[in-house]
Amino acid sequence: MAGVLVLGEALEGAAAASTLEAIAAGRALGGPVAAAIIGDGAKSAAQDAIAHGADSAFVCEGGLGPEAAAAFAEQTAAASAPRVVLGAKALLDGSVMARAAYRLGAGLLQDCASVALDADGRLTATRPVYGGNAMAAFRASGSPAAASLRARAYEALERDDSRAGSIVPIEVDAAAHTRLRVVERVRRPQEGVRLEDARVVVGGGRGLGGPEAFAQLEELARLLRGAVGASRAACDAGWVPPSYQIGLTGRTVAPDLYLAVGISGASQHMAGCSGARDIVAINKDAGANIFKEARFGVVGDWRQVLPAFVDQLHELLSDR
Amino acid sequence: MKIAVLAKQVIDPETPLSAFKIDSDAKRVVTPPNLPPVINGFDEQAVEAALRVKEAQADVFIAVITAGASFAPDVVKKPLAMGADQLVLIEDPAFDANPNPLFAVDVLAAAIRRLGGVELVIAGRQASDWDNAQVPVGVAEALGWPIATVCQRVEARDGKVVVERVTPDGHEVVEAPLPTVVTVSNELGNARYPNMRGIMAAKRVEPTRWSLDDLGVQPREPAFELTDLRLPETAKLTEFIEGEDDADAGRKLAAAMREANLL
Repeated sequence: MAGVLVLGEALEGAAAASTLEAIAAGRALGGPVAAAIIGDGAKSAAQDAIAHGADSAFVCEGGLGPEAAAAFAEQTAAASAPRVVLGAKALLDGSVMARAAYRLGAGLLQDCASVALDADGRLTATRPVYGGNAMAAFRASGSPAAASLRARAYEALERDDSRAGSIVPIEVDAAAHTRLRVVERVRRPQEGVRLEDARVVVGGGRGLGGPEAFAQLEELARLLRGAVGASRAACDAGWVPPSYQIGLTGRTVAPDLYLAVGISGASQHMAGCSGARDIVAINKDAGANIFKEARFGVVGDWRQVLPAFVDQLHELLSDR
Repeated sequence: MKIAVLAKQVIDPETPLSAFKIDSDAKRVVTPPNLPPVINGFDEQAVEAALRVKEAQADVFIAVITAGASFAPDVVKKPLAMGADQLVLIEDPAFDANPNPLFAVDVLAAAIRRLGGVELVIAGRQASDWDNAQVPVGVAEALGWPIATVCQRVEARDGKVVVERVTPDGHEVVEAPLPTVVTVSNELGNARYPNMRGIMAAKRVEPTRWSLDDLGVQPREPAFELTDLRLPETAKLTEFIEGEDDADAGRKLAAAMREANLL
């Protein structure tokens, strides 16, 4: 059928948001889209996938690791002979797209912002390179070609429960394929909203000068019912845990409002927040890169600007 | 135990944006003048991870493999100055500016085989030029070894490797049998600076130079053609809020954001 194969995952019985985004990208290429869903509750997640635009689905039940997922990808590709393979960059542990592409002999473009087909049906894609300092466009020389997608590069299609499609279970011999053994999972308890789900994100960077300042950002985030993130510099300095990192190699956020305090706006950071509808920046350096993408900016010392801003905010929001 | 570290020479990612130029006709980043290249930051952390394994046990030998079109001799020797034992250089014009990860996989996997006896390969999670994050995975697939990606801690003992993988909300402890491939991330912590003794020792080490012929690898066409390379468009007009002092500017910012329905 020479269409698009989307590699996706089930999270607690529902298709992952990133999987639905990849299906939307596959439909934008013209489809038909076969979704290969792995994970706990893959079968019900496959219903989601079809309702959100997939034409058919393969399912593999169980909380399997990236090695089994690569084997599943190989088996589903053999069954569907796709011209294009798509999936979220962060699928499972973030290695599955690269594993699958190598096994399929497909070239892979990672972390793509957009994908398309040219007049000859060859896959083209754009992606940030050089830490986000440049954008590159590529065209596949052959087929199949694979692309992994940046979080939120595509918006999931509206759910349509009248859509129907075949759901084919695939057996993967997980034991034969699995050499990595997860001994322990350590999760930091999530306080408040998840960064990716927050409508408002308050980010702090090197300019804050130390960990203490993040208490003020947390207070501001609570006030705006948002979440706190940070630049890589602030994480590497140990001021906040690594899970706060927003950027090319950290988390990708696309809130309505991103309030950046003491963040210079290096390209690798902007790659994780440029999807924000509005960016507001407080920074002492008028030449800081963050101001190139900000709607509002204050050039000043955050120690003076922020408390006054928060006080004013209390007043403005009290009549809400 | 023999460890191979994969290290790539890249344009300094700390290059100020004002000095970051693109030749869009040639579709290349213009090498900034007076700014020497560096070893990819995540790869320096891979060297650091290997050195920590070496410090934790006896008889560890670290070979660093660097492949590219041309090298700055002092730059590629940095891993030796940090404490690595051997440097393998594969210098060939076939590594031109266009990314060709599958070719890099062919070359690096062949070099690991030629080194012989390698039980652990450590690489950075991705290179700061093309940010492709797929060569180490390809190397593992080509060798038929397992790979654990994006690690913040690497220990090797009793025929297996134990790593901490960074996850979005914490980490997971993962074991894999040797031989295996591991990629590391910035959460590992800073790579050490070479000390004077290391720098002097590195000067005396002659790199091992292998050609594509030595490795029995043919150049291959890239799977993707680079059709365009440009600076990202960011043309938002910032409205700068000013006040009598910084605090006043903060108050006015809140008012302006309210006015614009941002709050």
